[in-house]
This record gives sequence, structure tokens and C-alpha cells, in this order.
Amino acid sequence: MQELVNRAKELLANGTVQRVLGWKAGDMAYNPEPSYFESEADLSEFVYDAFCGANLSKYMIEASKKEGKTLVFLKPCDSYSFNQLLKEHRVDRDKAYIIGVGCKGKLDIEKIKKEGIKGIESISGIGMEDACDTLKIGTLYGDKECSYQDVMLERCHVCKGKDHVVFDETLLESRDTVDSERFHEVEKIEKMSPEEKFQFFQKELSKCIRCNACRNVCPACSCRKCVFDSTKFDSAQKANVDPFQEKMFHIIRAFHVAGRCTDCGECSRVCPQGIRLHLFNRKFIKDINEFYGDYTAGEDINQEAPLTHFEFSDREPNEERG
Amino acid sequence: MPLTENEFRPKIVAFCCNWCSYAGADLAGSSRLSYPADVKIIKVPCSCRVNPMFILRAFEKGADGVILCGCHPGDCHYSTGNYYARRRMTLLFSMLDYLGIEKGRTRVEWVSAAEGVKFSQTMNEFVEKIKSLGENVRLGDLRCKN
Repeated sequence: MQELVNRAKELLANGTVQRVLGWKAGDMAYNPEPSYFESEADLSEFVYDAFCGANLSKYMIEASKKEGKTLVFLKPCDSYSFNQLLKEHRVDRDKAYIIGVGCKGKLDIEKIKKEGIKGIESISGIGMEDACDTLKIGTLYGDKECSYQDVMLERCHVCKGKDHVVFDETLLESRDTVDSERFHEVEKIEKMSPEEKFQFFQKELSKCIRCNACRNVCPACSCRKCVFDSTKFDSAQKANVDPFQEKMFHIIRAFHVAGRCTDCGECSRVCPQGIRLHLFNRKFIKDINEFYGDYTAGEDINQEAPLTHFEFSDREPNEERG
Repeated sequence: MPLTENEFRPKIVAFCCNWCSYAGADLAGSSRLSYPADVKIIKVPCSCRVNPMFILRAFEKGADGVILCGCHPGDCHYSTGNYYARRRMTLLFSMLDYLGIEKGRTRVEWVSAAEGVKFSQTMNEFVEKIKSLGENVRLGDLRCKN
């Protein structure tokens, strides 16, 4: 981590960048938050550890409008989001100095709490220099231990890879974290009967409180005016009144980012209700791959996006799968 | 055939493009071909005009099935509209299926202005299909059901 701070200080001092976009220590060991750092003194609060799951690429839309360059730290998966924004002309490449940082998988505090570990005071074994296989957690009720792998964010188990697709330089080592099949969950749902599918999503989506966190955090949701803010729309920001609205919001949200979603998993990470929102996005990704050929949003800026492009030989919507 | 009191009459929304399918429906009418009165046609400028929200809204308001009709691929009045609609609807229908809305409740059919027969046939088939699936109890706003 010190490496990152030193490099940031250097770049600030020699005038390459005007500000640094990174993660700042939060109140607790497990909640660092995205922040701008304008000076060397500010950087004393900079952190980069296993809880820095936040994707900073969306903040670059705002930073692109500011004077001078911004130094931004992007994890491998974040760089896909940045590249996608670049493709959509939402960020300015010339305004960004990108340091690709390594990643050993990020942690999910909810999973730690689910292990029965409460009253957390300190956590060790989360730094980039650590081996990252066991966490030692100091709590109000004594010291606890848990396996790093078990409490990783869902998205890290199905990681796209540890190579950055866009960067000026890279720092820190990564570690492969993949240990499950990306579309496994989606396939499991596809095999259910219509009634089972419906019950499954009813249960999942009835938890939604329409806080819009998933929309706000999503790097692909970057419209200046959003359909969900319109007062003429039934699903304007308010609690859902019936099962239909619960679903409509999520279908529309997922559809609006279809073909642009990089599967960065931020929606599922920030959901205060723990809804597995990636199940929607991943279904679209799976279908796009299956119907129109493998496509990874954000991988290549020159590739045609699946929904703004067509082939004469495309399949018919009524066709059965397979 | 006399209508018995308990017979299920589905509500079906058909989005028809202005240039081909709507004219096709017109031809079906002027050729005296019959199709069930359960089908409510909504004219749209192009099949591509159909926003996924239209389909969802139709289901919300109590539709049991939604069908989208447009020009045959290659014949779009705006050259390429139906190609984009085809991709969009493929993904949307697959998503609805994933959520438990049976695939049979959604359909896309290409009907040209000269295909009055095809229009009436398609609608007859679709209504039969929806009748066999029964009322759409999922993805509907309960307030809209009588």
C-alpha cells in the first residue's frame, strides 16, 4: 500500500496530476470509501486493502470535467468499466492517469457477519502484502479467525481475470481467485419451472426498498437524466407498491445496461438488502454470448456493442433455445 | 359459438408497425378474415419503437399475452429498425422467461401489408396458445385485475 501512496505523492509533486482518486479509511476497518486527495497531507488517510471493493471508474465522469489530470487507481475489473465509459465517450482518457493496482480478491463484510463474527474492532490479514488466506479478527467478544476465500465477494469467485485492459502503469501483485463457474447460478434458475422461477424472484425482489443504490453505483448507469427519476413513471423513486413494480424496476435497470454491463458486481455489493442483482445482468450477458457470440463489455473499445449492431442472420425471438 | 359465462377470454395486446403489420391487419379486415376480438391492436411507427417498457406495461395492466408484429427483416420502412427490435425482443423475452413468464406469452411475428391471411392465422394461433396457458397471474398489478 505504501508503494501506492509514494507513487501518488511523486505524481502530485511533479505536477503530472492535480488530484488523486482512491480509497480513504472509514470509521471501521471494513468500510473504506472512495475519496479525492488533493495534497500530500491528505494522502495520510489513503488505504488500499481487501475491503476496497468500490469501483472508482464512475467517479471519473465527474473528474473528467475538472481542471487537470486525475490519478485514479483501478483494479483489473474496474478497468473494464473505465474502458466501457471511454467507449461511450463519458470519460476523457487525457484527463486520467491510471494506475492499475493488483487485486487478491475483495471481501464482503456481510459474509463475515454471517459467520457469526460481530462487534468487529480490528481485522488483520487484509493488506496487499499479506498472504490473504486467513483473517484474524479482533472483536468485542474475543479474537476470531476465518478463511479469506469463504468471505470473498461473489464477483471475485468468478473473476474475469487479473489483467488490466487500460492503464498507464501497474503496481502490486494479483492473485487468481476464481473457484466457481460464472453462469452456474443462472443456469440453475433457467432449469426451474416457471412457477419456481417466479417464486424465486418474488422472494428475492420483495426485499427491494428502492433505495436506488444499485443504479447510483453502477458505472454503466451514467445517463444525465434517468428514467427512474421521472415523476411520470410508475416506478419513480418510492417504495414498491406491488409485486409488479418490484420486478419492473429490476428488469428495466438490467435491460438498460444490457450489452454494456461489465459484470463488475457493484450492484450486488452495495445492495443494503442483499439482493443478488448480478443474476439479472449475468442472464443478459449469458444470452448475448450465446445468441450473438462472446462479448465482454469494456474489453475492446472498437468492438461493436451487441444491441447497437445486428446481423442479417440473427436468431428469431420465438426460437427455442438450444 | 355461444359464449358460456365461465369461458376464459384472454386479453391480448398486439403492437403493429404502421407500414406493414397494421396494413396487414387492415387487409385481414377488408378481406373479411376473422381473428378473435381479444386482440387489441396498438399502432406503432416501427417495431423498433417498442420499448421493453411497453411490453411490461401491457402485462402490468392485465394483458395475458403480448405480440409484436413488424415488417419482414429486410423490408423495414426505416431500413434497419426491425433488426434492432429483433435483438432487443430476443433478450427481453428470454429475460421474461427467466422470471417465470412463460415463453408462449410473448411473440414476435413478421407480417407484411399483403399478408392479411397470415395476420389472421397468427392471431388465431396466438389466442389459442394463450387460452391454453390461462390467465397471466404473474407480473400483473393486482389493482388492474377485476
